Amino acid sequence: MYRSGKDIIKFCSDKNIPIWKLALESEVEDTNSSESEVMKKMREVLKVMKKSSTAGVKNNRKTLGGIIGGESLKIKKRLESKDTLCGPLINKAMMKAFSTSQHNASMGKICAAPTAGSSGIIPAAVLTVMEEFDLKEGDALKGLLTSSAVGKVITINATVSGAEGGCQAECGAAAAMASAAVVEMLGGTPEMALDAASISLKNIMGLVCDPIAGLVESPCSKRNASGVVNALISAEMALAGIKSVIPFDEVVEAMYIIGKDMHSDYKETAKGGIAGTPTGIKIKENIKNI
Amino acid sequence: MKDVNSIFEVLGPIMIGPSSSHTAGAARLGKIARYAAQKDIKKILVYLHGSFAETGDGHGTKKAIAAGLLGMEPYDERLRNSLNIIKERDIDIHFESKELEVNHPNTAMIIIEKKKGEKVTVTGSSIGGGAVTVTEINGFNVELSGDYYTIITKHIDAKGIIRDVTGILAEEGVNIANMKVVRGYDKKEASMVIETDEIVGEKVVDKIKKIKNMTDVIYILPIKENDDV
Repeated sequence: MYRSGKDIIKFCSDKNIPIWKLALESEVEDTNSSESEVMKKMREVLKVMKKSSTAGVKNNRKTLGGIIGGESLKIKKRLESKDTLCGPLINKAMMKAFSTSQHNASMGKICAAPTAGSSGIIPAAVLTVMEEFDLKEGDALKGLLTSSAVGKVITINATVSGAEGGCQAECGAAAAMASAAVVEMLGGTPEMALDAASISLKNIMGLVCDPIAGLVESPCSKRNASGVVNALISAEMALAGIKSVIPFDEVVEAMYIIGKDMHSDYKETAKGGIAGTPTGIKIKENIKNI
Repeated sequence: MKDVNSIFEVLGPIMIGPSSSHTAGAARLGKIARYAAQKDIKKILVYLHGSFAETGDGHGTKKAIAAGLLGMEPYDERLRNSLNIIKERDIDIHFESKELEVNHPNTAMIIIEKKKGEKVTVTGSSIGGGAVTVTEINGFNVELSGDYYTIITKHIDAKGIIRDVTGILAEEGVNIANMKVVRGYDKKEASMVIETDEIVGEKVVDKIKKIKNMTDVIYILPIKENDDV
């Protein structure tokens, strides 16, 4: 039904419906399934997200590469000390993002959102806002539906893969999807949701994908933590009425062009960037020798 | 740029981490190899090529392939423990890094020896997002995704054999989605790869097996179907 941000705005305004409803109606049509079947699947997604975003706080299972671990617990302790710089919302969101990242890196069950490497961002945003604002599970599901529409448009017109477009594509898409979800959950308009998505993408435009030793651990987990914060502040800006100067579809195209231009050393090959630093290379060698 | 059929391609798949291509895709390749070999697996040798060889350990690629060979789905929590489970089943599994003559960096060649000594080989690549393409089965060049029910025949290249096979499928009300016929280098042995919309029962496969000049028939279940471990 919709293939662009422009389509989303047009359909939502013509039918006078929110983005989540458009996403749901299109999915029913595209996959020949019923609304209840789609919602059942989405509840399963939310269930997996809930688990992954809490498992890493208590679970000390070692990650495969052993590069990361324990970040989520550290943030939790700081949160409990009530002596934080960024306050409970931001810290809770980071804690959850770190949790899913660690869970993923230690072979836990996650929902790729839109990828495994960026899987911490959307759960952290949606679940933190749900809890902090006393929202219901139904609101979280509406948030996820909204995020899926944004992710679909980015996939169709650009890419969400780090190997194809760098981290700006992967964590960029995740943050854009998450920010749109949050705007929806807090009662913003479809225009605001896409403004938030545009701002999120722009905030990390050009970011390279440079995982140490080629593993989904560092700097990935910290980019999940900063990714959810990016999503939250972008949603805040949009809800305050700050507009994206450049429309969503043009931002997505710009991101794609940069992704294509990006040297292959910076697209998941673990050659350049953080992976290519002397310490990064040393860590890689040590892992090899295990 | 690619089409999206369902929003669950964007919010999904639900999988065991850490990587859709190195873990989820690897499990799918293992599962297709299991379907090709069916039962009585005794020994497995897996050649890992490219990025599978280089970063496979850090991505749980070996565990994922073993899990697939046990019939597990990419979201099965037991995937983490698959190398122990496969040992408990008295299946001998061994992995080696090897440069294979393939184009894709995430490729594995799986060689299965069955209890009666029969060998089955499957080569396939993980092409991103958990999707796979199998390029070789038992020495025949194929191209299959595991999304369809697939029948693969090995037969003597004789006139009318394609008609016989498609005739049986038509009688059983099975619709062919894709079909490819290839002939071996010696021009004697040939193979059909038939992807169908319906699941074909074992009785039908047995009928195809009995066709004159047919040497072997294997079938691959669509990867979405659950399977017992």
